[in-house]
Amino acid sequence: MGSRTRLALSALLATFQRDLVVTGREFVPFLMQALMQPLFFLFIFGKVLPGIGLAAPNFAALMLPGIVALTGMIAAMQGVTLPLVLDLGFAREIDDRLLAPMPVWFVALEKVLFGALRGAVASSVIFPLGWVILGSGFAVRTDRMFTLVAMVLLTGLVGSTVGLLIGTIIKPDQISLMFTLIFTPLLFTGCTYYPWGALGRIRWFQVMTLLNPLTYAAEGLRYAMVPPTGGRDFPTLPLFWILLALPASVIIVFLLGKRTFGKRVVN
Amino acid sequence: MSGFANQPENAVVVTNLVKRYAKAKAIAVDDVSFAVRRGEIFGLLGPNGAGKTTTIGVLTTAIVPTSGTASIGGVNVAEDPIGVKRRIAVVPQQSNLDRSLKVREILTFHAAYHGVGRRERGEMADRLLEQLGLGERKNEKVSAYSGGMVQRLMIARALMHEPEVLFLDEPTNNLDPQSRLFLWERIGELRARGLTILMTTHDMEEADHLCDRIAVMDHGKILVNDSPEALKRTLPGSSALELQTFTASADHAGMNERIAAMLRSLPGTARVDTTADADSEEPGHYTHRLFGDNVHLLIGSAAQAIAECGAEVRNVSVKKPSLEEVFLSLTGRHLR
Repeated sequence: MGSRTRLALSALLATFQRDLVVTGREFVPFLMQALMQPLFFLFIFGKVLPGIGLAAPNFAALMLPGIVALTGMIAAMQGVTLPLVLDLGFAREIDDRLLAPMPVWFVALEKVLFGALRGAVASSVIFPLGWVILGSGFAVRTDRMFTLVAMVLLTGLVGSTVGLLIGTIIKPDQISLMFTLIFTPLLFTGCTYYPWGALGRIRWFQVMTLLNPLTYAAEGLRYAMVPPTGGRDFPTLPLFWILLALPASVIIVFLLGKRTFGKRVVN
Repeated sequence: MSGFANQPENAVVVTNLVKRYAKAKAIAVDDVSFAVRRGEIFGLLGPNGAGKTTTIGVLTTAIVPTSGTASIGGVNVAEDPIGVKRRIAVVPQQSNLDRSLKVREILTFHAAYHGVGRRERGEMADRLLEQLGLGERKNEKVSAYSGGMVQRLMIARALMHEPEVLFLDEPTNNLDPQSRLFLWERIGELRARGLTILMTTHDMEEADHLCDRIAVMDHGKILVNDSPEALKRTLPGSSALELQTFTASADHAGMNERIAAMLRSLPGTARVDTTADADSEEPGHYTHRLFGDNVHLLIGSAAQAIAECGAEVRNVSVKKPSLEEVFLSLTGRHLR
């Protein structure tokens, strides 16, 4: 390995360490930020609604993977988008890293990798949280662990690459608009609160959800988590399509984000 | 100008640099060439919008030139930005310090980004914080720092990876006189250690005090490029001999007219301004200003002429042209 490559990789590693140190110091606020919403979702949709007979008893088991996907996706996005918008807009703290001896797109890559880690951590914490809140309603199959880990990591990467793209497009004065126009549709069309297969009766919406990478993350996690009933696996989007769509969207969205990032930092 | 690049004594070489922004009407940098010698403090002066920031942006890899070349230590900025980043450090005008880190960590992480080893970067951070008077407060966050401390910390950070060329953008803008003086001393020390410094400033006193050479830019072009002394010499007839006189005579006006006439007749005098000092309590106080190239040679004969007319000389001073006058004569007085 050339000295250039080693220098660039060590710079990449150092920026990652910087993020670890900073997030480590704010770990509790980070967890609260990431987990407040899922906590209430789990309670209301997994406990209250089935408890008062407004949802089927197994609804919790179907929704838990959706919550894991949503939480990971949002935590990953939040870790990238907001800091990036502020940094590129006026804070310019990123300059010090842009002047490090590595290609500028490594700075974007680091943001994506670290964002994915944040997402994966937030996703993972949903499991003990769900176990506590759902009680007897907590049901996760354990024979697809490898797929589960892969899905959690891919979900984080999808979130952080989308976060990179949005963070490099949005200007600071458009932040509130971003929440309304980008976040909200993304969250509700991502098959988090409902399984994709059940949308067959609303065909146009079922097709539309396929445009949202969150759909594949949620369905992938359903495939890995929902226990079989009566010896039959719960029907999800075919794993093949999930494993095609998630990495493809990670790569495509990252390449787009890398481009917009480059345009923002080198004129 | 292309011969610059082959001379090893040049740390920075810019050749026929042009930058045209996509949406802008005017050219930001219009065929600029200059070289900064190793160990030199080079000042880039000019009104706002002159093209200084763009020129520095190209040299610090943040802006891609439309045409022309720029190199740092022989490394082409456009072809090898990483090689350039290893050799430079940038101190911006406004703080871009990492507010999530503690002060000492800002330095150690910066060094880590540049591949400096763990022990070395710790020692270096402590030493630099001590040198810049920040040793006591190295575990705070920058939000607790004053403007002067922020500026010092940014300079400390810049030195952490031992750059060859340091870019300072208005280093003492908005600082109190103590901080300004302190930074001037530190900058002088850096030059003594052989660091090459390229700075911008609107503070003409600072430029005059620190810079070995100054380039004045306007409308994307370099107008002049020389030492401060040589630049000041380019303004003809602009050094002034100022004589304050007093006479108790009732006809002080008439007497001073005669003095002015005699001063005007002295060889080497380009022009004489005579004004009565309106703010003195008793009448008879006047100020005469002689303009010329070497007015200090006229001190004796001017004083003699005043004495011959019957007035006394109360004060004599020679005013050299300031860099500010040079700057204004080059770039004009209109606002941008």
